[in-house]
Amino acid sequence: MGFKLSYKVFGEQGVLVEWPKEISTKILDDVINFKERLNTSDLKNIIEIRSAYQSLLILYSEDISFEKEVEVLKTIYDSEEKSSESQSTIWRIPVCYDAVFGLDLEEMSQTKNLSEEEIVKRHVEVLYTVYFIGFLPGFLYLGGLDEKLSTPRKASPRLVVEKGSVAIGGGQTGIYPSESPGGWHIIGQTPVDFFNPKNTPPCFAKPGDGIHFYEVSLKTFNDIKVLVDAGVYQIEREESHD
Amino acid sequence: MIKVLKSGFYTTIQDLGRTGYQEYGVPYSGAMDQQALKLANALLGNNEDMAVLEMTMVGPRLEFQCATLICITGANMQPKINNKMVGLYKLHQVHTGDVLSFSASKSGFRSYLAVKGGIQTDQVMCSRSLYSGVTKDATVKKSEELPIEFFEGGTNNAHAALKINTDYFNSKTLVVNEGPEFQLLSKAQQIKLINFEFHVSSNNNRMAYQLEESFENALEPIITAPVLPGTVQLTPSGKLIILMRDCQTTGGYPRVLQLNSTSINFLSQKSTGQSCLFKLLNSK
Repeated sequence: MGFKLSYKVFGEQGVLVEWPKEISTKILDDVINFKERLNTSDLKNIIEIRSAYQSLLILYSEDISFEKEVEVLKTIYDSEEKSSESQSTIWRIPVCYDAVFGLDLEEMSQTKNLSEEEIVKRHVEVLYTVYFIGFLPGFLYLGGLDEKLSTPRKASPRLVVEKGSVAIGGGQTGIYPSESPGGWHIIGQTPVDFFNPKNTPPCFAKPGDGIHFYEVSLKTFNDIKVLVDAGVYQIEREESHD
Repeated sequence: MIKVLKSGFYTTIQDLGRTGYQEYGVPYSGAMDQQALKLANALLGNNEDMAVLEMTMVGPRLEFQCATLICITGANMQPKINNKMVGLYKLHQVHTGDVLSFSASKSGFRSYLAVKGGIQTDQVMCSRSLYSGVTKDATVKKSEELPIEFFEGGTNNAHAALKINTDYFNSKTLVVNEGPEFQLLSKAQQIKLINFEFHVSSNNNRMAYQLEESFENALEPIITAPVLPGTVQLTPSGKLIILMRDCQTTGGYPRVLQLNSTSINFLSQKSTGQSCLFKLLNSK
């Protein structure tokens, strides 16, 4: 609460709410808080609310009067009520950094002058924050990558990046939820499914959650993969303490 | 069942797509020309969101394994039943063993085949629209069998037909509103953007239509933010990209314009080399 927001028309049935142009967990918390208060405020004409780093897109079921809807939104944003403390979860995600999967680990180690062990250590040490889901179904935009691991995207993208690949692109790290082309540097792979259209909801993680990667051997990777494929793997979680 | 004898250039199953899953990064999908889909369903007495075949540029060859009533709308791919030319925007009773074939499109780019009761493939997240990564396949394949319901006795209303003005296939005008970053363009750029005739590049598909001409651009990329079908993005190299039904849910390029829903239908009937002109509404 307390940010200066701007409201813009977006599409025939949408209002775009924008926070100051920066990426921070303070803004993320406020975006999520506003979204939750909208969800619980029972506005019948809203069909969809999408969040990103510093914006909320609110879509309505019919053509709207922009000024009228913005008044309603402002009233809700300014009301003192806080949303009933959302439960954020920290997920523990197994990653195998073996050379079989970590296709770019060796090259990264050379260009960054860091040992492969050091790269892995720095990658698993951080608690990442889920900002939102976009790009591909189930692709998490994660914040928190160690600056030392930041690497410009590859000059020519791979045509096929395997599902589950854990990669670094610019100052970001992410997991490819399905096979796709991609220009990020691949350092490992997780057997965990980040998107499953048969599940409700199809993604286990949500904006505001935390992600902790931990290193597993090739054998453990394969053992977990069997459980994932059988649909019985339970993703580990840590209790959030804030 | 409908048996696919030949799949055509790019044939998919589409309905009105998936709403409510965009926060998980799932595209809307759905028929590119939703007006053509709704008309085909309306003529058959179907619900407007029933699944149809969307055919692109060159249509497929299909064999009906049960009787049904069909209707074809959108682009004219010269449909024939058992080698006899049949009309668009009309109902046709087909019987077991009948073969429906299409050729290259004479006008328009996407044609729609609807059947009584809709195509009955499995729903994934409340929709039958094909999208790689959400559904098993991205397109309809040769030898595939598409489930449909048996229907006979449509002869009473087989005379139902609609005279449709398909001038929109040739209309250059795309009605737009300002996008969230429109005001960041200079006045001169704004004027140029809405007075210039652009052409569809060969880089056009269900995700996006890139325009041929480059547009002088000094705008920086934005912090990744929501986008919609119909959003016109301006890339750092000055290319304009119009997002379509299968577009990603977020993007990092400035969103300079937003097509209205009718104009998305119009654009989806255009192919490489055709021209378009933005007409700005409600400038604030």
